[in-house]
Amino acid sequence: MRGVIATGTYVPHWRLDRREVSTLFGKGGGQGTRSVASYDEDTTTMGFEAARRAVSGTPGCVPEALWFSTSTPAYLEKTNATAIHAAMGLPSSVGALDLGGAIRSGVGAMRTALTSGGTTLVVAADVRDGMATSADESAGGDGAAALLIGDDSAGDVIAEYLGSGIATDEFLERWRVPGGERSRTWEERFGEVAYAPLMKEAWSAALAAADLADTDIDHLAVAGLHGRAIKRGIKAFGAAAEHLIDDLSATVGNTGTAHPLMLLAGTIEQAEPGQTIAVVMLADGVEVVIVRTTDALVGYEPAVALRGQTAASTGAAVSYGKYLSWRGMVAVEPPNRPAPNRPSAAAAHRSDDWKFGFVGSRDRSTGMIHLPPARVSEKGGAVDDMELVPMANRGGTIVSFTIDKLVYSPSPPVVFAVVDFDGGGRAPLELTDVDPDEVKVGDRVAPTFRRLFTSDEIHNYFWKVKPTSEGEA
Amino acid sequence: MGSHGIKDQVAIIGVGCTPFAEHWDKSLDDLIIDAALSTYASAGVAQTDIDAFWFGTSQSAASGLAMGGPLKIHGKPISRVENYCATGSEAMRQAAYAVASGAYDVVMALGAEKVKDGGYQGLNAFPIPTDGTQRTLTAAGMFSLILPAYAERYGVDEDEIRYAVAKIAEKNHYNGARNPLAQFRRETSAEQICQMAAVAGRLSVFDCAGVADGAAAVIMCRVEDAHKYCSNPLYIKALSFVAGTGAGSLDPDYDYTTLSECKWAADDAYAQAGVRDPKAEIALAEVHDCFTPTELVLMEDLGFSDRGEAWRDVLDGAFALDGRLPVNPDGGLKSFGHPVGASGLRMLYEVWLQLRGQAPPDRTIPKSDRTLGLTHNLGGYPGEMVSFVGIYGTELDG
Repeated sequence: MRGVIATGTYVPHWRLDRREVSTLFGKGGGQGTRSVASYDEDTTTMGFEAARRAVSGTPGCVPEALWFSTSTPAYLEKTNATAIHAAMGLPSSVGALDLGGAIRSGVGAMRTALTSGGTTLVVAADVRDGMATSADESAGGDGAAALLIGDDSAGDVIAEYLGSGIATDEFLERWRVPGGERSRTWEERFGEVAYAPLMKEAWSAALAAADLADTDIDHLAVAGLHGRAIKRGIKAFGAAAEHLIDDLSATVGNTGTAHPLMLLAGTIEQAEPGQTIAVVMLADGVEVVIVRTTDALVGYEPAVALRGQTAASTGAAVSYGKYLSWRGMVAVEPPNRPAPNRPSAAAAHRSDDWKFGFVGSRDRSTGMIHLPPARVSEKGGAVDDMELVPMANRGGTIVSFTIDKLVYSPSPPVVFAVVDFDGGGRAPLELTDVDPDEVKVGDRVAPTFRRLFTSDEIHNYFWKVKPTSEGEA
Repeated sequence: MGSHGIKDQVAIIGVGCTPFAEHWDKSLDDLIIDAALSTYASAGVAQTDIDAFWFGTSQSAASGLAMGGPLKIHGKPISRVENYCATGSEAMRQAAYAVASGAYDVVMALGAEKVKDGGYQGLNAFPIPTDGTQRTLTAAGMFSLILPAYAERYGVDEDEIRYAVAKIAEKNHYNGARNPLAQFRRETSAEQICQMAAVAGRLSVFDCAGVADGAAAVIMCRVEDAHKYCSNPLYIKALSFVAGTGAGSLDPDYDYTTLSECKWAADDAYAQAGVRDPKAEIALAEVHDCFTPTELVLMEDLGFSDRGEAWRDVLDGAFALDGRLPVNPDGGLKSFGHPVGASGLRMLYEVWLQLRGQAPPDRTIPKSDRTLGLTHNLGGYPGEMVSFVGIYGTELDG
């Protein structure tokens, strides 16, 4: 049996109330909220957060490959999956590939993993933006999803792959040139017409491959950035259309490349054993993937369920002004301090364990944890007698904090905390996803992988801490 | 093994200091020349009488050439020294040891900093290539951690501690207003400071040292030669320096209510000088009040207040110009300004004036039988700093 072994989803902390758009501009926006990646997040950091959630529940199941798909990569030419790989502390023998660029790449990577061998961690993430007041801006959402896919010899399969259908076509419906500040679309009616036959074709092929009828489908998830084509073409799915799941548009928005994986992950997490789930993605054609949940689902607990991240009450509001500045749509005056120096590639490489993996060292003689790792112990002075200690999944407590309005930050002020970690170790770290007025000594926090700043087109990744909310590790 | 110090081996025969200010019209060279000339005049020596030079600057220049060039010092050693904000004191310490070793007869240490050409407010660190994981807080942010920690440890309301540190700024502005060389010469009240907008933790801009350009210098010789140059020299009683390990960022035992390196440096300095009761023996202290909470905890680390009592002593006026132990009678970094490499020597300049009765009447410390002055100079942040303590006296022991 082959299929999904574990699910991981990540919806960032911040939510934009769409009504704020029309308040400012007198048009655009709409109802509900969309998720917003913080200024210190990108598709790589969000992809990592989803990936670590996917693997955290399956200790001992190390993926043999990590595939990362996004239409909004942090880098071109340089592989982004290697940063996720490093943050997860995966062995160098595990491959890391970017299978990205196009919005279709996420669903394609997932299907390819399901139809090939080995254990693959498929990760997809997007930061969806658009010009102010645009439909893309309001309808989009930021987030990531990861699926650990493999044979039941590698781990308990919670959703077995049954079959897939593909309908590929070349037509110009949505596009963006590299470096382009926004996506463009052709007249909406054109896509609506173009997608209709492709939906039917891929759907029929998938049902045939799975040896199912449309009446056998318990849950139908449909993703794609052409909302009107989905709405008008939904009858192509026959009886399955009656089991259409919520597409998260009211709370999260459309996470593009990540969306089919996110919807599948969330549906698996909510399903009963033995239910069939069909995922449809409209992007330059149509892909359909069908799985059936297994009895192993009974004992399965996602590290952080999607449901807990998508309720209207989760997250915190970000103002539209801040959103526009975070996405670079409005330039806000920075503190009058020098922007940070670019990190050294050589120095960063030497400290991959610390910088990407948040791995410290523990002195074997005294047990004292050193963050960053040290060769000579602070207490006792033992030399080169340390073992590595992964800290990324440890909770901590704020012992002191300050709010610095003078220091350079892409989004001032900097909230800074001295954190003592459970089981030992102290580090002074930036706090993120936080309301500065609500921080208190004694607050609980957890490490989160972030992009501190970008200098000279080099993204400086490192760890911050964020308040620990209910249900999080 | 041991730290023995060089008590009563080296004499200070001249000290000079430029005004500390935003010297838009003066270059680093100008400041070096002005400080050197005033110090030569103070000691009554010519440049050619000096055998070796130490030049302290944190970020304004890179080598001894930066001093030799403007002063046209021919054929002499010039060592450039850097040790964060304690650079000036460190230059003086190295120079004093060179005299004590017998290597040179007459030496000069000069500290200078030109910070206002950078184009940014505040002090900004040199970019050193790193892995990008270093903390990016301002110094104000780091020192602001002291306030809540101190309030919690001693069970005092944080508002009360906040007011106490504002009183420190009030005192230093009062003193600086009476100092013609100081950057800020206006008095301000603790109440006004408490009402200002916070920029780092609860600290306002007026809780931070002034950022100024400036230079200061000292000339020293062997004690037995001192009276050739000077009828009333000062004698070095102790020079102590401690560089930490950054333990405060690492060790959960550190609680941000003490500056350990300063305590260690003070203990060593008192041992070198034979000071048993600093509260009773020190006539005045010039301490590194880079931020108001720094001066608060320094009163305890230097032994001027009992633990947990400094805030009360501050409110009681213990460290005011007419207090039981005047601290920063020249206005301190707060009011005099802080040209990094010069500050340690600027402190020594005030000790030189006060102990020898040359301070202006409106900021002369009360007469007493105490003959010792102390300078304390630090660089870095709570939990990870370098610290200097020097003690100087008007009398030789025995």
